[in-house]
Amino acid sequence: MTTAQPTRRPARPKSVRERLHNFDIKGTPYLLVAPFFLLFTVFGLFPMVYTMYASLHQWSTRNPDRTYIGLDNYSFLLFDYDRFNWSIVNTLGMFVIATIPQLICGLMVASALNKRLKAQLFWRMLVLAPIVTSVVAVGVVFARLWGQEYGMVNGFLGLFGVDNINWQSERWSSWIAISSMVDWRWMGYNALIYLAAMQTIPRQLYEAASIDGANSRQQFWQITVPQIKPVIIFTVFMSSVGGMMLFVEPMMFDSGRLSGGTDGQFQTTSMVLVDLLRTHGNYGMSAAAGWILFVVIVVVASVNYLIVNRIQGNK
Amino acid sequence: MSTALKPPPAAPAAPAPRRSSRKRRGAEPGGRVLAPTPLTRIGLIAVSVLSIFPLYWMIVIASRSSSDASKFPPVLVPGGNLGEHADRALNDPQANLLLGLQNSFIITGTVTLSVVLISTLAGFAFAKLQFKGAKLLMAIVLATMMVPIQHLGLVPLYLMMVELGWTNTLKAAILPFLVNGFGIFMMRQYALQSVPDELIEAARIDGASTIRIWWSVVVPALRPGMVVLGLLTFMLNWNEFLWPFLVLNNENPTIQLVIRQISIGLYTTDLSMVFTGTLISIIPIAILFVIFGRQIVSGIMEGSTKQ
Repeated sequence: MTTAQPTRRPARPKSVRERLHNFDIKGTPYLLVAPFFLLFTVFGLFPMVYTMYASLHQWSTRNPDRTYIGLDNYSFLLFDYDRFNWSIVNTLGMFVIATIPQLICGLMVASALNKRLKAQLFWRMLVLAPIVTSVVAVGVVFARLWGQEYGMVNGFLGLFGVDNINWQSERWSSWIAISSMVDWRWMGYNALIYLAAMQTIPRQLYEAASIDGANSRQQFWQITVPQIKPVIIFTVFMSSVGGMMLFVEPMMFDSGRLSGGTDGQFQTTSMVLVDLLRTHGNYGMSAAAGWILFVVIVVVASVNYLIVNRIQGNK
Repeated sequence: MSTALKPPPAAPAAPAPRRSSRKRRGAEPGGRVLAPTPLTRIGLIAVSVLSIFPLYWMIVIASRSSSDASKFPPVLVPGGNLGEHADRALNDPQANLLLGLQNSFIITGTVTLSVVLISTLAGFAFAKLQFKGAKLLMAIVLATMMVPIQHLGLVPLYLMMVELGWTNTLKAAILPFLVNGFGIFMMRQYALQSVPDELIEAARIDGASTIRIWWSVVVPALRPGMVVLGLLTFMLNWNEFLWPFLVLNNENPTIQLVIRQISIGLYTTDLSMVFTGTLISIIPIAILFVIFGRQIVSGIMEGSTKQ
């Protein structure tokens, strides 16, 4: 390079020091970001691409020589394996009944925390406290709270004359119990995210609205919610991805099994995927389930985005 | 007595004489804007009770006996058996609690150190250095935050570990979590805000290399952010279940696998012991939460508004 432009530069050849400096300016940035991209390629990108390959083959512990079978794994899952389709229904159902109350409560708690309170950190830590509990621990405790014989929920309902409910036995009841675990753990986290966004809203907006006679309910819907819409979209997106991969809560609700109840009434798609992988050793099928789940997640996240994006304040 | 006389004559019509002057000043134009109502307080107290109750009840049952868990109205006063239960659980060779704790500390600690180090290096480069393709590479980092790689790549990652013969080793549980797009994103934001360009320029003129600048200018400025990222990463990975469940077994488990095992197998009928084990599994995170509550709260709040 130095000899290529002899006229522009002094004839003196570059010293080692200069070369090092040049490399440091031009090359070091790549060295700094390299670890991420190397590790990501090996443990993120490659497995993703390879999943595609695996999903197109008949490949299991019993059939270790991969045979190319096109889309057969996909069509089996979608058309011949009822459990799989039901698992998507279950996952979607639990996602809906877990996410909607969770985000609405999160918004309400955030707007309460946004008031002029004393001991702000104390309140914030209280609502965030469930996050310290691991999902497994949540499952252990909540499975007990929702127990049929001695569960506290049934005990409480008994005060109103309701007979003991076997929460595991029905689709709707098991979904409610499992959703309660998700809500309990994540509501405070979402509330803090909303709170952070609410604090960036200029107070003058509220003051003006208050002079115009808007009560706090109107202020909430017409100022707060539209102002923090981008953050609501963000939390809905995160909840969609997380909710569609629901795994530990329903597993712990069924004493650690992957079958999601007697008829798979609360078996999620992730549980089917892990069941295919671990119990049946069917790699190809499990990989196909992974891709279908991915497509479902993309669809759900996009639909949710479109729905939330319609939230408008009447200004 | 003196406080009763304090209200300055400038604001004689102030409606609530007990309010401090600081509050009154902020409340001038739209007096009641964002003032808490009794309903706010009741709601917050109710939410806080719900947040704490399952945790508290776990402590109550862990410190009493299993039969107390079946009582209604629920027993709400802790008993005196916690020490004995903890002793029994920790020393039960079948429960593997100590091994689980140790493995979780090794896995989570390694992952946390790696994520913080790699994110600080890359975050600095993306925020403060010019290089070709930086924008594209950053877009890739952001994309990795959106894609649930863990699930999509689960099968081949698992097969990879089987092929390499690494199942049931800690490195299988560690390796896929060593990098994290969110960490880079977060450290980039911190670097943009807290590392002045002049400082870097000055160090360059003094002849410092990029790595040297990273170490003596950037790292000190990013330290608070590194602490927050470390805490969040530690909490997230301590609670990780699915991947260790696939690649580790009950002879060499993480603490989460231990809890699953003792709750469905070992102590199924002895709820006090199950809750004792579960309580022990939460303690490390609970300690971090109490000590670093401020940083964790601000980390979650800042991470979201910077999107």
